[in-house]
Amino acid sequence: MTFIDFINFHIVPGVVLGSIYAVGAIGITMVFGILRFAHLAHGDLATMGAFIALSTMGLFGASPWVGLPVAMIFAAAIAVGIDKTFYDYLRDRPKILTVMASLGVALMLRSVVQVVWGVDSTTYQRGIVRPDEYFGILLRDRELYTLLAVATIVIGLEAFLRKSKWGKAMRAMSDNPDLARLSGVDNRHVTMLTWAIVGALCAAAGFLLGLNNELNSMMGWHLLLPMFAAAILGGVGRVEGALLGGLIVGIAEELSVLILPGQYKAATAFVILLLILLVRPRGLLNGKVL
Amino acid sequence: MELIGLANYAIFMGILIGIYALLALGLNIQWGLTGLFNAGIAGFFAVGAYASAIITSPHVAGRVGGFELPIVVGWMGAIVFAGLIAWPIGKVCLRFRSDYLAIATIGVAEIIRLVIKSEDWLTGSSRGITGIPRPFGELDYVASQLAYLGLVIAAVAVVYFLLERQLKSPWGRMMRAIRDNEAAAAAMGKQIEARRLQAFIFGAAVMGLAGALFVHFNRSITPEAIDPMIATFLIWIMLILGGSGNNRGAILGAIVIWLLWSVSEMITDRLPTDVALQAKYIRIFVVGLALQLVLRFRPEGILPEEQARQTAR
Repeated sequence: MTFIDFINFHIVPGVVLGSIYAVGAIGITMVFGILRFAHLAHGDLATMGAFIALSTMGLFGASPWVGLPVAMIFAAAIAVGIDKTFYDYLRDRPKILTVMASLGVALMLRSVVQVVWGVDSTTYQRGIVRPDEYFGILLRDRELYTLLAVATIVIGLEAFLRKSKWGKAMRAMSDNPDLARLSGVDNRHVTMLTWAIVGALCAAAGFLLGLNNELNSMMGWHLLLPMFAAAILGGVGRVEGALLGGLIVGIAEELSVLILPGQYKAATAFVILLLILLVRPRGLLNGKVL
Repeated sequence: MELIGLANYAIFMGILIGIYALLALGLNIQWGLTGLFNAGIAGFFAVGAYASAIITSPHVAGRVGGFELPIVVGWMGAIVFAGLIAWPIGKVCLRFRSDYLAIATIGVAEIIRLVIKSEDWLTGSSRGITGIPRPFGELDYVASQLAYLGLVIAAVAVVYFLLERQLKSPWGRMMRAIRDNEAAAAAMGKQIEARRLQAFIFGAAVMGLAGALFVHFNRSITPEAIDPMIATFLIWIMLILGGSGNNRGAILGAIVIWLLWSVSEMITDRLPTDVALQAKYIRIFVVGLALQLVLRFRPEGILPEEQARQTAR
């Protein structure tokens, strides 16, 4: 295998997959960092977002990308609604109960998808797309657009968190919730805003995975482990950490086929998760340990 | 004739309830007593089931096995292997808050599922393992079912009494102390991590035993026999509804939830096929919703944990 083949067959798919994991992992790391619990319904919310985009596309009969903003808005609303209905009243009880509630929500979201859209696999677009060559690197249009979309999301989110008033409030709550409250940050508003952003990120991750792969009712659940591995690998609470972690997990999964049978690709994320918890639980970029 | 059919069905249900009660008791050691969140119950159950199946089943070309050891050895193997899987996971994750354990147990259940599906030499992959011996299997149908029910009840009773004894012992008080106030327990010199690891492994071992009981009842096992998420979730709701921290609550929860689950299955199976599939998923939605309702309105369950009697007022 030549070097360029290695890049094209392992690194390029790894970077694309990894950037999708990163979008999901950023949401995980925000919930983990700001609201301080592991959100197990994250993957199934991504499934929901992917299918909302599918229905939107069917409605307008246009490019699947029309579905992305619609799905992000709907998923943001769903996330805020879930928080108000199922998580909010557990606020003052041990956080692990919220984790449990989120497992229940995961099951509920998935069964809604199964009832409304069925259990069969589907895709946004049929047919085989031939990749174009850019200086020897083979990229399909959808892969290029995926990378662009992820870059836009990450840069936009970073700018929001660093420059805007609400972004700063969110970071303050992540660093020290009591101090943030004393400084006049309204926790309720920050919580709501966090859920809206997290929901939108979920939908984006689900949509991009569906675009590059296929849609089915279990897609998000299988996304959960790599997303958590990426978030913890990068450092809980660190957006840039989640991006780095996502890319590492994605590339590692694509490289794992060189030494492991293909069906164990999904095990790579689990191994990374256990290793990082063993040697450096704060993650590569020094995040939080709960 | 009708009556015998009904009786047979009741025996069948009784056996399954017993197996689920064991799983709920295992979870009660982990969650009720120690506060550990295990989201991979089905994984430990499957390890127990396959371990016992491999140890006791006859030889098949191309697959490890053919040991045809006595069933008791198979059960022991199920307990040991389920515990062995739990050990490294607990060792890595129990230093942190239980959120990490939840994720890792989801992962381990997923890996176990992958191994079962793809390792032909070990588990027979999609063909599964057949010809697993059953205790009292040589009796005629009704007698054999009844005898197996007795066996399951005996297993539940033994585990229940051992657990109750442990709970009333200083060990039980220590575990509660660790769960309710970790810092204080640590200050008293209790080894938090080691104790948690102990509870996690004990719980997993009981789940493995339940797997063994299931596989010898069924006489065969395939990867499709257990839906990991639904099985795990049903056991959670059994324990939470019954009353976490209370062993009688765990058993009661298993009875109530399994009866509701199977009765609703009977109803949805009679629906016309085009709605039957949707009804199946609506049933799962209701289970998820039920958990939210219990957490909200009756978090302590039907039979709350008994508070330790106060010695002096």
